Amino acid sequence: MDDDQSPCDGVSRRRFLQTATTAAALPAVAVQAQTAAPARADAASIDTAPAPSATQRTVRLRVNGVPRELRIEARVTLLDVLRETMALTGTKKGCDRGQCGACTVLVDGRRINSCLTLAVMHEGAEITTIEGLGTPEALHPMQAAFIAGDAFQCGYCTPGQICSAVALVGELKANTLSAATFDAGIASTRAPRTVTITDAEIRERMSGNLCRCGAYTNIVAVVRAAAEGGAA
Amino acid sequence: MNDIGYERPASVADAILLAARPGAAFVAGGTNLIDLMKGHVAMPTLLVDVNRLPLADVAQRPDGGVRIGAMVRNSDLANHALIRDGYPLLSQALVSGASPQLRNMATVGGNLMQRTRCYYFYDPAFAACNKRMPGSGCAARAGHHRIHAVLGASNACVATNPSDMSVALAALRADVVVQGSAGERRLPIADFHRLPGDTPERDTNLAPGELIVAVDLPPSPFAARSHYLKVRDRASYAFALVSVAAALDIRDGVVRDAGLALGGVAHRPWRVAEAENALVGRPLDDASIRVASDRLLAGAAPLKENAFKVELARRSISRALKTAGGLA
Repeated sequence: MDDDQSPCDGVSRRRFLQTATTAAALPAVAVQAQTAAPARADAASIDTAPAPSATQRTVRLRVNGVPRELRIEARVTLLDVLRETMALTGTKKGCDRGQCGACTVLVDGRRINSCLTLAVMHEGAEITTIEGLGTPEALHPMQAAFIAGDAFQCGYCTPGQICSAVALVGELKANTLSAATFDAGIASTRAPRTVTITDAEIRERMSGNLCRCGAYTNIVAVVRAAAEGGAA
Repeated sequence: MNDIGYERPASVADAILLAARPGAAFVAGGTNLIDLMKGHVAMPTLLVDVNRLPLADVAQRPDGGVRIGAMVRNSDLANHALIRDGYPLLSQALVSGASPQLRNMATVGGNLMQRTRCYYFYDPAFAACNKRMPGSGCAARAGHHRIHAVLGASNACVATNPSDMSVALAALRADVVVQGSAGERRLPIADFHRLPGDTPERDTNLAPGELIVAVDLPPSPFAARSHYLKVRDRASYAFALVSVAAALDIRDGVVRDAGLALGGVAHRPWRVAEAENALVGRPLDDASIRVASDRLLAGAAPLKENAFKVELARRSISRALKTAGGLA
């Protein structure tokens, strides 16, 4: 439906990539102004940076431990701020509608879909993206587990899968419930007190992260091993 | 998405004042509203962010029930000790919905305000949708309606309410506490969501500018025996085709009280008191379950593509009740 059109910023992805390339030498604020072109703008107006909107406001976030102060429009999603204002492109834009999980990040330690929330709603929050979990030289144990366990193919969903899996391990440690926990304890019909780690639990708890390559078998295996080993 | 203003009021009173401005909408978790704004289905010009209002507690009430603040996240509610122990039906319904990420964002108040997932409502490329554009017609009736309502629909609208949480709240006989410029009032959950009638643009009986501040659960006799059964096209992360919230109080082999509600079949959670009454005062068995099913599904009027929902609901009611009652 919106294969070439980013419904948030009203600029086609192709055109954004073209203009972003020419704007690469400009400060981040100029790139941001381009993404702020009004929805359904015609081609001419896209090339003209609009005057700052009256709804621009200052937002302070801590992203991967670094305090950031941004001047953005209220309607900009956390995902777009991460990718386009901060150039943290490890967080992926898949569906942009909360259906695929590619945009999963940790906000104050909890996993959320960054595409369905506005950056202004997170004033003062601590955001952790895939870049904040580990680096190529010092991988997070979950990143290392995904590589060692061959838990991806194209890699596009992987940052979201890993952020989600890191949160999952913490949620299991806290004995949180899932639909699978109820299925496992169905005879009692009471909410179970403890969670037994099974493939069914991992699948259910990772169900918010789709993988179009179908690497699920290895994803379940590495996340289960990490959960059983307590890696997080 | 259209340009928007943004305010983050410090109090419920301020939030209600701001909501009176033209084009204003409350935003909580944002998981439904931001999605609708991206699709140009909702186009508020001012978002009133209620996330930080002091409405995030879950607390025991003097009557033995529980008050749930409107800003409690779905994941926190499902795992709260008072809900896990006293209202496991609600926990199970909550974790049956959406994904872990979305449940970390979505609030109780927002969940109650979820809009339908009707394909034609969600896509402004279709001109006809009485819910999105009053008076424009209903594209679903003559079009695709496999996921649509079989109960309580009107010529104007055959949409369903997509919430799992609300179905459990219906079986548990919750009240919704709302606050507006005229003060606070309580709506039984049965009176919160509406049937579409001739005004499907209105999903609920909230007055303009009213804010949901809490959900009150009465003391429940159902903690030991309940089950939420959700039937959907995928094993997880999909909306219900049919869901059943079943809750039983059984003593000495006799059903003393029953809560029973359906999701995925109507414009609101579908509960019929006579259906629950059919189960009470006798042992749970196939005969009483059949009567309860007949009463709950009385008047079902399926369309061409969704006739399967009636039989699916009948079998799901039986399975959910038997699971809750320990017969499955």
